[in-house]
Amino acid sequence: MSVVRVLASRVGVFAISLLVASLAVFCVVNALPGDVAGTILGTNATPQAIAELRAQLGLDRPLPLRYIEWLGGMFRGDFGVSAFTYEPIGALIRPRLAVTCWLVFLSVGLAVTLAIPVGKYAALRRKKFTGQLVSVVSQFGMAVPAFLMGIILSLVFAVRLGWLPANGYTPLLVDPLDWARRLVLPCTALALVQGAVLVRYVRNAFIDVLQEDYFRTARSVGWPLRAAVNRHGMRNAALQVVTVLGLQLATLFVGAIVIEKVFVIPGLGSLLIDAVAKRDLPIVQGVVMLLVALILIINAAVDVLYVLIDPRLKSDTEGVDV
Amino acid sequence: MKRSLSLTIGASLVGLVAVLALVSFFWMPFDPNHVDPASRLLPPSWPHIMGTDHLGLDIFSRILAGARICLLVGVIAVGIGALVGVPLGLIAGFAKGWFPKFVLRTADIIYAFPALLLAILLAAANGHGSVVTAMVAIGISSVPAFIRVARAATLQVVNQDFILAARTSATPKYTIALQHILPNIAPVVLVQSSVSFGLAILAEAALSYLGLSAPPTTVTWGRMLFDAQSYLFSDANLALWPGLFIALTVLGCNLLGDGLREVLDPRLQEVR
Repeated sequence: MSVVRVLASRVGVFAISLLVASLAVFCVVNALPGDVAGTILGTNATPQAIAELRAQLGLDRPLPLRYIEWLGGMFRGDFGVSAFTYEPIGALIRPRLAVTCWLVFLSVGLAVTLAIPVGKYAALRRKKFTGQLVSVVSQFGMAVPAFLMGIILSLVFAVRLGWLPANGYTPLLVDPLDWARRLVLPCTALALVQGAVLVRYVRNAFIDVLQEDYFRTARSVGWPLRAAVNRHGMRNAALQVVTVLGLQLATLFVGAIVIEKVFVIPGLGSLLIDAVAKRDLPIVQGVVMLLVALILIINAAVDVLYVLIDPRLKSDTEGVDV
Repeated sequence: MKRSLSLTIGASLVGLVAVLALVSFFWMPFDPNHVDPASRLLPPSWPHIMGTDHLGLDIFSRILAGARICLLVGVIAVGIGALVGVPLGLIAGFAKGWFPKFVLRTADIIYAFPALLLAILLAAANGHGSVVTAMVAIGISSVPAFIRVARAATLQVVNQDFILAARTSATPKYTIALQHILPNIAPVVLVQSSVSFGLAILAEAALSYLGLSAPPTTVTWGRMLFDAQSYLFSDANLALWPGLFIALTVLGCNLLGDGLREVLDPRLQEVR
């Protein structure tokens, strides 16, 4: 199969997945008993008032019609309006999406930059004390929930030492320095937990390479250890990192939502949690759909990236006019 | 049987939590919900060996009571994941035609719904979160991992000679699946169960922390962390114990999974 055909089929699968996921979100939010109108008006509302509000919110129309309207609206960037404040949800989401994306991508970047050298070190020293210590520490790192890591970091570096602010957020364009200062702790918390998982995989990837024939050959023809490890190990490690990050992506976004709560960061997570508390169903529906779509998009991108960097898949396509 | 340090430590830690949960049914030093303003925010001392929280509740008793929910969530979530995921994964590895593809695509879609988002959806639709919505959400979100490992393991078994022999001797398909394939993929499922158990506990802790799981009267370790938030800077003791027990339990599950993998089959791959 040529790369183009592989990519085309991935795009098709992605589009169908997105459709099914949106149907699932819509059904869970709307098909279960309970009604926004009833929630807004409280327990003392007359049935007549509830019916009026339902009509005003468009809740009295058939479900399939509402689903299609919701779906069509999202393609135009229109997520509907909040059930309480009538603010357009798209406008609520946009600035917050940037905040959450900064958090997730900076954390991934930090986690990868930490995990590759540490994992390589642990692989090369795997029979020495220091190498094993790295493995033990990464086991502990994997066992700590990200939000607990956040609490610990803010307790130590913000409260006890006073080096960094404990919470809040400043937009990048308003004050870049303050933006960076406020993101250090939340990103580190996420990156430490994520990095602990990655270190294991990077370590195993390097150990696998150390036992390969081609590695032994490289060493025996006089390649220094460092050069041989970097030449052969890095690619294998990179492949592992991409795979694991793909699998862990959902965990990362979820981690970001919880971390936003710890550090009081106005991202998608805090919007979502506030909306659940108030039972603002249109916001919940829109934000969940957006996050699910993001996870699906990045997942599909990882798939494509995998096709492009895995030499085994590429060799199949050599000689094919792409 | 090979010896494994990971297995020993992991099994001990998980065993410890099981013992705590069991003990809590017969004996607790104090009622975990008994408010006692006179003895609030005590440091660890006799008779409150882990101290008391902002309402004067005994932390040790609450750790004991919290162990029950912790195990319950793990067992139910892994149960849902394995009962739904393993048969689907097995059939997907065994069957031919459109069904395997359909199962895998569905698994990919479910994968895009992490436990937290599912729990949020259920809590929003329901009006409030509860331990049940949390367990169901965590269980559903663990299904794809079980599908993947069960299918991968089935694919390794399905072309071996004894399966071929069973097929040529006209053994019914479900007999092959139950008597020949299932025992062979059981080790992989066991390892995955252990890993998923740890992830379920982490997820429940996060949900409790966000106020999307147990109501205030139900004692969970995540809920204790949530309550401890306002006292973090003066009384870190309140957060120390539940945090420590969550981490130790998850560490135990991960080590147990590693140990089982070492003992049962060193080539097993993990899916998180």
